[in-house]
Amino acid sequence: MNPADIAWMLAATALVLLMTPALGFFYGGLVRSKNALNTMMMSVSALGVVGISWALAGYSIAFAPGNAFSGNLSRAFLSGVGLEAQGSIPHVLFFSYQGTFTIITAALISGAIVERMRFAPYVAFLFAWSIFVYAPVAHWVWGGGWLSRLGALDFAGGTVVHVNAAAAALVAAAVLKPRKDFARQAILPHNVPFTLLGAGLLWFGWFGFNAGSALGANNSAALAFTNTMFAPVATLSVWTMLDLVRSRRVTAVCGATAIVVGLVAVTPAAGFVSPMSAILLGAAAALPSYYALLWRARTSLDDSLDVVAAHGVGGTVGALLTGILAQKSWNGVSDGLLFGNPRQLAIQAAAVGAVALYSAGTTWGILKLVAAVVPLRASAREEGLGLDVTQHGEEAYTQGEGAILVLPDTPGPPVPMSEPVLAPGGGAS
Amino acid sequence: MRGLTLHRVQGHGGETERVETYRGTTVKMELSEKVRLEIGVSDHFVEPTVRAILSAAQTGAVGDGKIFVLPVEKVYRIRTAEEDQAAVTPVG
Repeated sequence: MNPADIAWMLAATALVLLMTPALGFFYGGLVRSKNALNTMMMSVSALGVVGISWALAGYSIAFAPGNAFSGNLSRAFLSGVGLEAQGSIPHVLFFSYQGTFTIITAALISGAIVERMRFAPYVAFLFAWSIFVYAPVAHWVWGGGWLSRLGALDFAGGTVVHVNAAAAALVAAAVLKPRKDFARQAILPHNVPFTLLGAGLLWFGWFGFNAGSALGANNSAALAFTNTMFAPVATLSVWTMLDLVRSRRVTAVCGATAIVVGLVAVTPAAGFVSPMSAILLGAAAALPSYYALLWRARTSLDDSLDVVAAHGVGGTVGALLTGILAQKSWNGVSDGLLFGNPRQLAIQAAAVGAVALYSAGTTWGILKLVAAVVPLRASAREEGLGLDVTQHGEEAYTQGEGAILVLPDTPGPPVPMSEPVLAPGGGAS
Repeated sequence: MRGLTLHRVQGHGGETERVETYRGTTVKMELSEKVRLEIGVSDHFVEPTVRAILSAAQTGAVGDGKIFVLPVEKVYRIRTAEEDQAAVTPVG
């Protein structure tokens, strides 16, 4: 084991974990104030329920030896996950690091179903999804499964994380149906500064996500780190120009979105392409997502916070461009189309397609199963009142006026039997 | 009717209180969020205005609110110094 690798991976794990509450801020700012806590809790609760599912079974399905499609259960309940080396770091650290990925991936889906899904079925869905969708897909690409044998390049999860979550989000938005106010009322973000704060923290955490995926303090990490910085820089610049040309105004919400799109796109490519290619990739990724966002708003699909446009389109573009721009002289693994290996692009496309199909189908099945037990949707009245009060019994922005403290039930002095008890009608009994 | 003023206010109209809990502290929220509209119109617009509010704001549940129709002694439009009827008549 290597102390430098261990030190970097400890820090990287903490960085990736921060991305989930950061996503809560990103999403939370984009919804109406009456749903702010519910939306943020959809990310925060993933830290709990998905973290547990990872320890119980998810890690084993993803990274234990098994067949081409799934790992076996030999690592379930963390059996055999100890201080021995896994690569150049302790096995427990590898387990924790990968756990932060499954948490953020599951939380990403929530952007498609905000402001209308009941909380308990959401939590149940996350638990099942992280085990039956995320874990097998992670096994395919990173755990020695069929896509890794095929030679699919996915440095930090463009396919495993972003295409996977976006396919699930697309299905979830369709199954949950649009919000009752969708396309009838203006639904405005209630706190754009939160969204910018979330985007900033996501970018910070993403250094752990991408550079940490080198699993050591090495050249590959340095390359991934640099690309994670400069691809979103290019996306943000191009996005700014597109906004200027289209509406003569550069909006803050689009700035935050551009950062995320750039980060998503560079995720599969981070350690595989040169920094100049990453800038090119970031710039190219702006266009499809930008127009997908504009187009989606005119459709009847209520993918409320545009998970598909940002993560699905961005992740697909990133995965395909990885197959074009990858350079063996930088990554030591494989070349892309531009460097004489057109097969790589086909493999990338197959990986994206397979993951999107599997994720969409299984997500649909899980949602239908959960819906057979409990309703997924809040009632129209609950939706009107907001999910903060109806699902959580809390409000994000309380005034405090008119709030009366309810004291815990303490046994009071016994009522004297001799006093006459007044009946509701007013007459003494 | 073209002009109105809207206040976000808190009020209690006999509806059931919401119970909320903040880290073990349970409270009953006696006040709910309401909006208060102030609309100045000339006499023959009173009836349509009231009907518009009734049809838009009615849910049928306790706490829907009240409409008060009050006489106004004098109105000035600040921009033009017009008075009374002219002050509340929209300019084409």
